[in-house]
Amino acid sequence: MSSEASVSPMPSAAPASSLSSAAPPSFASSEQTTRPAPAEPAGGGPAPAPRRRTAWADGLDELRAAATTEPGRLRVIGAVLALLVLVFGAVAAWEVADRAAAADDVVGRSQPLSADAARIYRSLADADTTAAGGFLAGGEESRATRDRYAQDLATAAGLLVKASSGTRGSDRADAQIAALSKALPRYAGLVETARTNNRQGLPLGGAYLRYANDQMRRELLPAARALYDAENDRLAADYAAAKAWPWLALAAGLLAVGALGWAQRRDYRRTNRVFNRGLLAATAACLAALVWLVAGHALARSGLSDSYERGTRSLRVLHEARIDALQARGDENLTLVARGAVLTGDQKDFYEAGFRTGMADLVGAGRKGNAAGGSRLGKALALADDEAGRRPVRDALRHVRQWQARHAEARAADEKGAYEQALAKVIGGDRPTRESFDRVDAELQRALAHEQQEFRSAADGGRAALGGLAAGAAVLAVLGAVGAVLGIGRRLSEYR
Amino acid sequence: MLNLRAALAPVAAGIGVMAAAAAVLVPTLGGHAFDDGPAWHKAPPPVRGTSQTRPAEERCTAQNAAQSLRPSADDGPAVDRIKEKGQLVVGVDQNTYRWGYRDPGTGKLQGFDIDLARAIARDILGPDAKVVFHAVPTNQRIPALQKRSVDMVVRTMTINCARKEKVAFSTAYFQGGQQVLAPRKSPVTAFDDSLRGKRVCTAAGSTGEAELTKQRHGATVLTVPNQLDCLVRLQLGRADAVVTDNALAAAQAAQDPTVELKGRPFTDEPYGVAMNKADTDLVRRVNKVLDDYRGGGAADSPWMQAYRKWLRADLPRIYGPPSPEYSD
Repeated sequence: MSSEASVSPMPSAAPASSLSSAAPPSFASSEQTTRPAPAEPAGGGPAPAPRRRTAWADGLDELRAAATTEPGRLRVIGAVLALLVLVFGAVAAWEVADRAAAADDVVGRSQPLSADAARIYRSLADADTTAAGGFLAGGEESRATRDRYAQDLATAAGLLVKASSGTRGSDRADAQIAALSKALPRYAGLVETARTNNRQGLPLGGAYLRYANDQMRRELLPAARALYDAENDRLAADYAAAKAWPWLALAAGLLAVGALGWAQRRDYRRTNRVFNRGLLAATAACLAALVWLVAGHALARSGLSDSYERGTRSLRVLHEARIDALQARGDENLTLVARGAVLTGDQKDFYEAGFRTGMADLVGAGRKGNAAGGSRLGKALALADDEAGRRPVRDALRHVRQWQARHAEARAADEKGAYEQALAKVIGGDRPTRESFDRVDAELQRALAHEQQEFRSAADGGRAALGGLAAGAAVLAVLGAVGAVLGIGRRLSEYR
Repeated sequence: MLNLRAALAPVAAGIGVMAAAAAVLVPTLGGHAFDDGPAWHKAPPPVRGTSQTRPAEERCTAQNAAQSLRPSADDGPAVDRIKEKGQLVVGVDQNTYRWGYRDPGTGKLQGFDIDLARAIARDILGPDAKVVFHAVPTNQRIPALQKRSVDMVVRTMTINCARKEKVAFSTAYFQGGQQVLAPRKSPVTAFDDSLRGKRVCTAAGSTGEAELTKQRHGATVLTVPNQLDCLVRLQLGRADAVVTDNALAAAQAAQDPTVELKGRPFTDEPYGVAMNKADTDLVRRVNKVLDDYRGGGAADSPWMQAYRKWLRADLPRIYGPPSPEYSD
């Protein structure tokens, strides 16, 4: 029995005096060797020693005195066994409750907060893209576009309030929320100014819209991204906390089982009785608790790992893909708003360059229309672990390729100077890039919904594995302690 | 003043020719379109290398850059090509208020440059001329001409030697120059020490930025991607003044009644119609149209009518077009 090693000091003393009658002298002699020790620091002075004695030392003395007889020893052993079992139960209940709380946090708090942060991020990017689209339509801006823009701002503002109450004093998240709350109304003001100027036919409107976009790009989106990252870090921390093995409880459990084993072996040696029912019941209760602890944790870990592998990672990549698509769409719109007013260092159109970067991040070059491995859609496809997850990603990819083809037509028209034609190709009614973008966005939304569900079911499975474990460990420990006390009590009764 | 201006025009033209021959002291007087021209104009120093020898065609300098070919109504290969197509394809701006921009009501392009392009088309193709406007961004002006995707570019394009190596220019149809724009109530009076301690906005890579690098007048310089962004910064209180072409500054002032142009232009930037370098017959034809368009600076000339319609409100005190200068 492996537990024997952990309690070896005691058994090694016991076999040395295999007969119970021989035991007292051996204990007495050991007592004599330790006795002088507390007296020595007194430095030879006769008087101070008694005054120094504490309650603890008195208790020890009483214990030693009690241990000189077998019933006394049995009482000590019973008390220690009950204590070890109860400590095991308490530590197990505490550690398990801790992990169950972390697992609940993953599902009930940090993942929703991370999802909310992703929604803030997306709403902002969507607002910017929608504002540019509405701007291009000018006086013919549709009610739907206006509503969508207003809805995006309302969603972002509402979620910011929610996030600030849910962050529980995380400095990183708080700082980003404050920055976003400050910048959002300013951004909205710039967009309205752009709109007003545009309706009056002043090219100044375009300049305002570009400025609003610049603010979005340089302040709002980075802050939203940082908030998303902070929430994701917390999610990862909750995952780690939920998945940590309860080492203390496991050690306490092994110690309790070991001690129970030793007590039974000692009992057998002295009485030749194979079973002590009380101690046996206590051992069974402890082993049951230990097995439950290990199995429950293993199950919870695998469920949570699954939810991370299958859900969280996919969700993250898909969220990023959606933002990429939105930004590429925003750049496409702004190319027509700016009309070549902003150039990159090498004299390329700034927004067209942004569109290309966005597309490279989203799908990359990839052979035969496939997404490049390192691109967002490539990663999302690799992470999706079932057909239901892969289908929307593949559909999104197909629409991205269509979007790129249509975009090329729009650019060709614009570069030729046929602005109206380019405009129609981007926001018009006949196979415009708007349609392709909307489809990409919808497919990514579908993929996100699927992965969210995958996450939820795996995480719930993991969480369920910890269900009742804390209470169960506590109950089993109490039963075990009772068993140990009863078992020792039975032996004690033989001395009356 | 108008009479003085009209009287000056032919003299200035003559001086322009002389300038070509001997790079004289006031080489670009022909470009002065303002009533008190020489007072504000800082003439660049004559280029020594060309002062004694005959420079003419072989060497382009800041002084003779605005010279073009003598006007002629004769058809050549380029004009024939346009007539064959039955349409004139013109590269224009669609972002510059009053010069080339879209009417929000109709979505059609209009402005000073657009009117001029229509006049050229009418001369070549007749009264019902078909003009196709292509909105070309700044960086596409020269490539569009070289690829012949447009026949000409009429887009507040400054004539200079670097560009003349790649494309051909007509005579100047507007005398532009860097100028200061500021709120009406601002203490800023011109491109001078009244700018001290002010935040001055200009477009990155523009002539304005180059001038501010040479002489900041104690101002802090803020650069933005496009000159119109400066008006946004001005309205948002992030800049106190703007330095840009007077034509573009006027376009800004037209969009905000609380700002105005201050002082006088302090550089010399003639605008011309740009064409493919090989299309010499088209250049002569456009110069002929421009001659008619200027109408000698008469009050009822098409030029003055267009000026009054588009520019006078924000670019006052111009009494006539710049005089043409020729290199042959």
